[in-house]
Amino acid sequence: MLAWLLAPALLWLLLLIVLPHIDLALLSLRERIAPRVYRPSLSQYRTFFVEPLYWQVFVRTAILSAVATALTLLIAFPVAWVITKVARGRTGALLFVLCLIPFWVSETVRALGWLILLRESGVLPALLVKLGITAVPVELLYHDATILIGLIYTSLLFMVVPLVSSLESLDNTLIEAAYDLGANGFAILRRIVIPHAAPGITAGCIVVFMLTLGNYLTPTLLGGKNSQWFTELIYTQFIVRFNWEQGAAFGFLLLALSTAMVALGLRLSGQRFVDVMRRA
Amino acid sequence: MIASLPRPAWLRIATVLYVAAFLLFLFLPLVIIAVFAFNNAPYPAPPWRGFTLDWFLGNPSAGRVGLFRDTELLGSIWTSVVVASWVTALSVIVGAANAFLMERYRFPGKQALSVLMLIPLVIPGVILGISILAFSSRIAELADSLFGLDLDFLRPGLPLVVVGQFSYIATIATLMISARLKRFDRTLEEAALNLGASHAAVLRTITFPYLRPALIGSAAISFLMSFENFNTTLMLVGADAPLTVTMYGRMREGASPVLNAVSLFLMLASAVLALALMRGGKRAP
Repeated sequence: MLAWLLAPALLWLLLLIVLPHIDLALLSLRERIAPRVYRPSLSQYRTFFVEPLYWQVFVRTAILSAVATALTLLIAFPVAWVITKVARGRTGALLFVLCLIPFWVSETVRALGWLILLRESGVLPALLVKLGITAVPVELLYHDATILIGLIYTSLLFMVVPLVSSLESLDNTLIEAAYDLGANGFAILRRIVIPHAAPGITAGCIVVFMLTLGNYLTPTLLGGKNSQWFTELIYTQFIVRFNWEQGAAFGFLLLALSTAMVALGLRLSGQRFVDVMRRA
Repeated sequence: MIASLPRPAWLRIATVLYVAAFLLFLFLPLVIIAVFAFNNAPYPAPPWRGFTLDWFLGNPSAGRVGLFRDTELLGSIWTSVVVASWVTALSVIVGAANAFLMERYRFPGKQALSVLMLIPLVIPGVILGISILAFSSRIAELADSLFGLDLDFLRPGLPLVVVGQFSYIATIATLMISARLKRFDRTLEEAALNLGASHAAVLRTITFPYLRPALIGSAAISFLMSFENFNTTLMLVGADAPLTVTMYGRMREGASPVLNAVSLFLMLASAVLALALMRGGKRAP
């Protein structure tokens, strides 16, 4: 019986996860010197560091992802707080369900909504003209801020859910006691709420950062040619230029960054990977 | 501050305003899509030019191809349904097997396997896609050069899309089914076995009915995640594109209210799925 249950798990993980990634690693460490002739080489990785465009896009993607993660936390935290601590009765549950609804819809659809809202002929520029704020419709797409809005929008759920579950377990009487002893709102937040919610905050931030870093759809649609997202470089190398060696190296660099940030988050909060993933 | 403590008036007003702004942010894009699916204009943009159903029912002869006459979109919806059905079946079966494996058995390397099972969730979808693409084409080349076999299903196309999506959706199904199996009271099975039931009968009459909500829930989530997947799919897609890839291509070409129509259709389908799940969840013990 054990063998029958082990077989699907091992087939799945070996054939679809472990072996493909080993293959990808080997692919990134070779160089084509003639048709169908390859030799081991680090030249794909050298290209990444020598060509400014590549590493600049890499750094830019990392920074924008970090900013998007921080903003998502700032926006989601008060909402999670209202859901768990302020709203009375069923209002909190209702608000929570409302937060989940947009995420039943595909990311493609959500990006379409923002395209219609923000493009030059779209709804918000027309509204700005009507209100007399701008004389002519302005293009709100294709800015870094647009990419950030789209990324925050797609990430909110993954922040709200772990925050709500970690704030739910915070005993209200602790806050009341701190208040009675004279602590102000800021002190309560810093010394009681944040330490208690730290696991939820870490889980949310790790997941959001990872998803943002690996996102392709939202940056390319909302950022257009200015998006300069690292996944786009991977796509270009793999699918457009058919330079699989270079694409594999880029893929590994992205994977390394993603893994490093996950490890850093776990280290900072002293949590185990398995627990964080269960929570998220 | 929490509900049981005094809150100044400005804080209460600010809270209400913040929540209102947040909900506006969440729902504005979706509402806008729905509204412009019915606008009588060739572009999904203001001003409002009156109500029309052309973007659902429009005839090619009238110059407006509505969703229900757009063979490319309808075809890709069908492609997505086929892919999602395969992914769902595979994920739920493998997920259930994994749940039993991890909750019921002890074996060397179990700890490592449980970590490995979570790994697919932390690999960016694009990289899952390219690694499977590179590996499958290497195998295809090997089969070709060693045995002269032409293994078409290893080339970009729907079989690879199914496999690519399954590679991480299986983790989600495993987690959902394991969570329920963990809470199962095993004395129920022992009682049934003591009373003379066979192992198959116990599985059919006790364990399976208990797991049913998790199986249905994970099937629904798997279907939805497969239907919505874009990153992994884009890397593995061949000639037949699922809906998200077709929509992406159309969105890059330019805007048409047909996309609003198909989006609205998707929203309604998701809503029906969500409501069905919630009802099913309430009935479950």
